[in-house]
Amino acid sequence: MMDGSNVREKIADLTVQELFGGVLLLGIVLLILDLVRLVAVGELPIGRLWAYIWNGLVDSLYIGLAAIGLSMTYSILRFANFSHGDLLTTGAFSGWTVAYLIGGIGVADLSSRLLLRADGGAQPGMMEMEVLSAPLAIVAGLVVAAVVTILVALAIDRLVYRQLRDAGGIPLLIASVGVALALRYLIALFYTTETRGVVASAPQWETPGVVPVDTVNLHEATLVIAALSLIVGVHLLLQYTKLGKSMRAMSDNKDLALITGIPTERVIFATWVIGSGLAGVAGYLIILDRGQITINLGWFLLLLIFAAVILGGIGSIYGALAGSLVIGLTINLSLVWIPSDLNETAAFMLMILVLIFRPDGLFTGVKTA
Amino acid sequence: MRDIEPESGRQADAVTGDDTTGETTDRRSIDAPILQVDSLGKRFGGIVAVDGASFAVERGTITGLIGPNGAGKSTTFNCITGVHEPDVGVIRFEDTDITGRDPHQVANQGLVRTFQIARELPEMTVLENMMLAPKGQLGESLWRSVMPIVRGGVVEQEEQLRDRAWEMLEFFEIDHLADEYAGNLSGGQRKLLELSRALLTDPEMLLLDEPMAGVNPSLETKLLDHIHELRAQGYTFLLVEHDMDVIMDNCEHVIVMHQGQVLAEGPPAAITSNEAVIEAYLGGELS
Amino acid sequence: MSDPGTNPEDDRTGAVPDTDETTIRPQWRTDLVLIAKIVGATYLGFAVLGLLTGVGINETVGFLRRVTFFAAVYALVALALNLHWGYTGLFNIGVAGFMAVGVYTMAIMTASPEGSPAGLGLPIPIGIIGGMIAAALVGFIAALPALRVRADYFAIVTLGLSEIIRLALLSGSLRSFEIGGTEYGTGGGRGIRYTPVDSVIPWLLDRPGISAIGELLFTIGRAVGVQPSVIQGGLYTGVLIGFVILFYAFLTRIAYSPFGRILKAIREDELATRSLGKNTDRVKITVFMVGCALMGLAGILWMGSRSLVSPDSFMPIVTFYIFVALIVGGAGSNTGSVVGGFAFAAFLWEGPRFIRAIVRANLRVRSPQTIYDAFVALGSGDPLPLFGYFIGTLDEIRFIFVGVVLVLLMIWKPDGLLGHRKEIAAATDLSRRPTAADGGTPPGHSGSGTPPGRPGDDNHPEQSKGGETDA
Repeated sequence: MMDGSNVREKIADLTVQELFGGVLLLGIVLLILDLVRLVAVGELPIGRLWAYIWNGLVDSLYIGLAAIGLSMTYSILRFANFSHGDLLTTGAFSGWTVAYLIGGIGVADLSSRLLLRADGGAQPGMMEMEVLSAPLAIVAGLVVAAVVTILVALAIDRLVYRQLRDAGGIPLLIASVGVALALRYLIALFYTTETRGVVASAPQWETPGVVPVDTVNLHEATLVIAALSLIVGVHLLLQYTKLGKSMRAMSDNKDLALITGIPTERVIFATWVIGSGLAGVAGYLIILDRGQITINLGWFLLLLIFAAVILGGIGSIYGALAGSLVIGLTINLSLVWIPSDLNETAAFMLMILVLIFRPDGLFTGVKTA
Repeated sequence: MRDIEPESGRQADAVTGDDTTGETTDRRSIDAPILQVDSLGKRFGGIVAVDGASFAVERGTITGLIGPNGAGKSTTFNCITGVHEPDVGVIRFEDTDITGRDPHQVANQGLVRTFQIARELPEMTVLENMMLAPKGQLGESLWRSVMPIVRGGVVEQEEQLRDRAWEMLEFFEIDHLADEYAGNLSGGQRKLLELSRALLTDPEMLLLDEPMAGVNPSLETKLLDHIHELRAQGYTFLLVEHDMDVIMDNCEHVIVMHQGQVLAEGPPAAITSNEAVIEAYLGGELS
Repeated sequence: MSDPGTNPEDDRTGAVPDTDETTIRPQWRTDLVLIAKIVGATYLGFAVLGLLTGVGINETVGFLRRVTFFAAVYALVALALNLHWGYTGLFNIGVAGFMAVGVYTMAIMTASPEGSPAGLGLPIPIGIIGGMIAAALVGFIAALPALRVRADYFAIVTLGLSEIIRLALLSGSLRSFEIGGTEYGTGGGRGIRYTPVDSVIPWLLDRPGISAIGELLFTIGRAVGVQPSVIQGGLYTGVLIGFVILFYAFLTRIAYSPFGRILKAIREDELATRSLGKNTDRVKITVFMVGCALMGLAGILWMGSRSLVSPDSFMPIVTFYIFVALIVGGAGSNTGSVVGGFAFAAFLWEGPRFIRAIVRANLRVRSPQTIYDAFVALGSGDPLPLFGYFIGTLDEIRFIFVGVVLVLLMIWKPDGLLGHRKEIAAATDLSRRPTAADGGTPPGHSGSGTPPGRPGDDNHPEQSKGGETDA
């Protein structure tokens, strides 16, 4: 059998995506080696390294809560939801208002509490707005944050996104930008654009000497516990309920989605409930940890959340969590090498590179549930 | 497994009955096939779409490419036209190696394709669609389109191209639609637009991907008449079609693909009586 | 652009042109008239309203000037963005970043070498050109991923890039660095001091011939009750309008050309375009660079009266204002960009403030501190505090309004105010058929007529083009 002239061999198995993944892995290995070197040489105290890692884990938890919702919206409703950040803001403001209403009874006047100190009254320290002194208020606020955000998201879906079910991804994206602006400034209309502290400083608990940190910040601990519980809850939902299975099927399997067409209203409903509920809680918890609130809370975080979703592979909920972990660690560990006001830049660069060279996400090839 | 192995253009001539066999290089330039595909291979992940396909298309012919679903015809088309990069194999057009070139490079060589589902540019008018096609447009350089004096040359060329576009539209009898948005055309009209637009690139050879799909019988007849006239003018055609009658009645040479390979080649009569081909279509095992 | 009435072909063949065609004027001319009408009517409306409600002539003229200023700058950026998105389908939401590159480069080039951070002290025109080139180069870098990435992913890439630029400009680490004894840098959060662009105006007014015109204008202004500073600002705004016209002319030229045709084709179906032999990669890079250069220039002009540039001016929200302006007017149309920019400036941006001026000129409303207080007052029968609160928070309400408008547009009128416009991308009027006297195939030839001959070919199959020579 004739072979033709020159037969061109191609390295068919090594695609650009895999090549990039290899390069990235190599880079990570080098960075870890450098970390070890820095610690060994003494330039990087191990306490500081641990603090970076811990902060990275904490950040990745609240980014993860938000990323789940964004990933779901992207894969099931097929658009990049630029108003997702403002759902975090909604959760934060509604939750903390309730916390103030409950926790500030008798301590501060109604208008200050209702509008979360829009007039400067009701100092959080005076009200002892921290988790040990006002546990009921704070837990109530958490619940309300989720509930209100869910209601708001469902209302917006009915008013806006439902009218655009058949429109492509770009019209929906643009509409979501409009929703973002309207929602954010509606909140601002009531609460003003001032940034203010709403949470008192966190109580600290001393730790036994075994653990490499001296104290545990209880607000951080609350965030970690709440976030992990919710994530486990989502995992159980996805794995063991019928709804969860159909959601996984719709988001992970594009062909199935194409065959079955537009997802049912039930799945859409569930998407908004889970996604926005988690987002609202995330917003609430971020304020618990940071202490200060502003209407731009979610908007400023949005690009990081997008980065997490993209790294994890759009449509994969577990990927979103993994991506959040990468982003959280990146923005914190990068502080070892680059100045603090450029730490987000590292995350964005990673996101851009992944979008270009490995658009299916860092974890393609790994079978997602 | 294969009845005929086309090793070179000369062999193919033997099949068609021409007696220009065994000639040496001085006649090869005329006899040489306009398109030559050698040992083409392409896989997507675990699926092997094309597995060592080789065939040649003679200049000035209407050649058919047929095969059951999944035979690899579309992938072959896409590899030839640069939509996919082949894993293995060589594709030569007009004696130039075009393997793995980008779609626009292949088209500029003179090998132009139409799409199975017509890819008209929906929010542009029929005339705009047509005006996009010709090669060597001066105005495709930003500088020349914008600069005052040089633009005069662009305007002049535009008027010439416009006249050619109108002629082509009239030939295909869709000139009454010239100012319509291409997206508003019916399926059949879009096919005509697709073909007329491709012709305006002034190609040597056209690859038509299921040109008769979804086309009503009277339009089909017209299309085929046009194709035959164009062939008489010197164009070469390679058609992928499912409609057997179309292939058998119009093609001088038929290539049959099955499971990613060329199963048989020859004139229609030889193909219809080829047992392996019949069995492939019926889904039976190959003898 | 050929004007049908004067086509030399007609003179040659003696054929009488279709009467319809002589009355069809080039679309861009009718569009300019349309823009002028909209602008004129709006100005008239505001002026009458202002005078009737006692706002006063100085304030009204100041308002109109601000509207014109913002309309012009929004139109400039919207036109550039239209080139990327409306025409080529490149969804670029990193506009603010490219503007920042343009302005910062200009600032560094024109800032005084004695300043801190120092600049190169070059004249303003050189700085402007430098800014445009820098923006184009960054655009080149951004365009490379555009070649392989789908629309909404590219949007996120551009947003990420815009934020990286802003954060880098804000960062303390790039704030200053030493080169050869002089401290250069970005100035970090404090920014860079440089010569404001509109200082060109006083410089021009000092020139011998022009100073007379300037004096005349000032005198007229004083007589009518308008301050010289407003006049001077107005002159700069006039310069901006001049630039809008230049941009419009340039982009219309591109639109009505084969290059513009490829842009639209890329937007419609890139694979089909490539399969017709067009090198879409080259085109996309070219158009992206040109658009970014225009964005850089627009940014420079926008910062016109300011002598300090800082990263705060380039937050992502700025990009979304431009998007709103573009969508309002209708993406894909240069006229739409101008109209959208104007509508955005007049009704969404400055308009609410005018309403506030009217209210303040006529009612004495006090703005309560919080909305709670306003509602309490409402509860006890007094609606004025609530009204006052709304007036006081007009800036926030403006954004709500913008968001709602955007949503409504997407649902009801995704093609924008001007709707879908037929802008045929060609350098000549395509609808002119060749007549029989021109030597073309007679129209209406039924059946299988003579196929158009292949140009440059004698219809001999053996004579292959680009083929081998016979031995």
